[in-house]
Amino acid sequence: MTRDMAFFEFLLRMGDNTLVLGHRVSEWCGHAPVLEEDIALANTALDLIGQTQMWLGLAGEVEGQGRSADDLAMLRDAWDFRNVLLAEQPNGDFGQTMMRQYLFDQAHVLLLEKLAGSSDERVAAIAAKSVKEVAYHVERSRDTVIGLGDGTSESHRRMQAALDLLWPYAGEMFTDDEVSGIMAGEGIAPEPSSLRAAWDAAVQQTMSEATLVIPDSDFAHAGGKTGFRHTEHLGHMLTQMQWLQRAYPGARW
Amino acid sequence: MTVSVDQIWGWLDEVPDPEIPVISVVDLGIVREVVLEGETVKVAVTPTYSGCPATSVISMDIETALRDRGIKDVKIETRIAPAWTTDWLSEKGRSRLEDYGIAPPQPAGGPERCPHCGSRNVTRVSQFGSTPCKAHWRCTDCLEPFDYFKCI
Repeated sequence: MTRDMAFFEFLLRMGDNTLVLGHRVSEWCGHAPVLEEDIALANTALDLIGQTQMWLGLAGEVEGQGRSADDLAMLRDAWDFRNVLLAEQPNGDFGQTMMRQYLFDQAHVLLLEKLAGSSDERVAAIAAKSVKEVAYHVERSRDTVIGLGDGTSESHRRMQAALDLLWPYAGEMFTDDEVSGIMAGEGIAPEPSSLRAAWDAAVQQTMSEATLVIPDSDFAHAGGKTGFRHTEHLGHMLTQMQWLQRAYPGARW
Repeated sequence: MTVSVDQIWGWLDEVPDPEIPVISVVDLGIVREVVLEGETVKVAVTPTYSGCPATSVISMDIETALRDRGIKDVKIETRIAPAWTTDWLSEKGRSRLEDYGIAPPQPAGGPERCPHCGSRNVTRVSQFGSTPCKAHWRCTDCLEPFDYFKCI
């Protein structure tokens, strides 16, 4: 694999994570349990979609085939997406959405902090911009996980169920492979495994405050960021997200 | 026609922010550079939040404002580094925000006082508000809700 191929893959991983999670979160718009949460979710989704424009914009530039961020977002099928499986998992109830968000945000903020020092100045610029927004995301998702985990017996039960359900999807964020090896070698991005200890420490602290128990097993589903095998949920999500461009190719605002 | 860079800055200071029309795009600190190259005016604009829907409207408003002044060739460049910070809000912008009912950003991370009654007894409702750049607060004296322009 050449450096540019690996760089393109890396940028798709960044942009597809924010795109797919951003779309998932946007599905709450108008449906959240209270107005303040609806607004917070919509704002989070908006930040993530904005970050997607920058990551996929750069991906298209690096690829050099003339594809724009919109082309990459709207005209690829499931097997070409490089997001982690965690991001595409369905929203479930509000607690499950916030647990997914926290597990992701905590890894996202650690990664962006490192990427702000990337040897590629375009990556560093996008990361420096994004990390300010993501700092607000993780503050909120962490507080919400703690509030609901250490809440009523019903909210506690739901948060523990969400953690049990989503935990096997968290490990994929920290696996290394050829792409990440090339990126680390170039000083563009850290090996994902190098972020694990800091993530574990933060998540353990949060779950302990939330009175939630982290599952014993470290089994991790894989296949999202390599595109080898997504869960069935991604395809269903794309039928909604890409519907307009599929039905009316090239439609513009 | 002959124009100076200072003149252009003055014109841009009359372009209102589309979401918060009491402050200008210059007050907001998002106009990073104005360059005059022959007949061409180049304006570098930085987004507040990466997903802020006002960004494209702002670029269009800047272009329209300059064309209305007779500038035919306008180039808008989006510049993301260094990332926008609320430290770039002008003093004029800060006081206008408060008059408008939006508490200006403070280094402490929360509003100094209620923009309606001036009370220091304020409480946070949500870190996210009506636009990406604002948080939602409430005054515990006059009981009115208000927006706080959050630090970033």
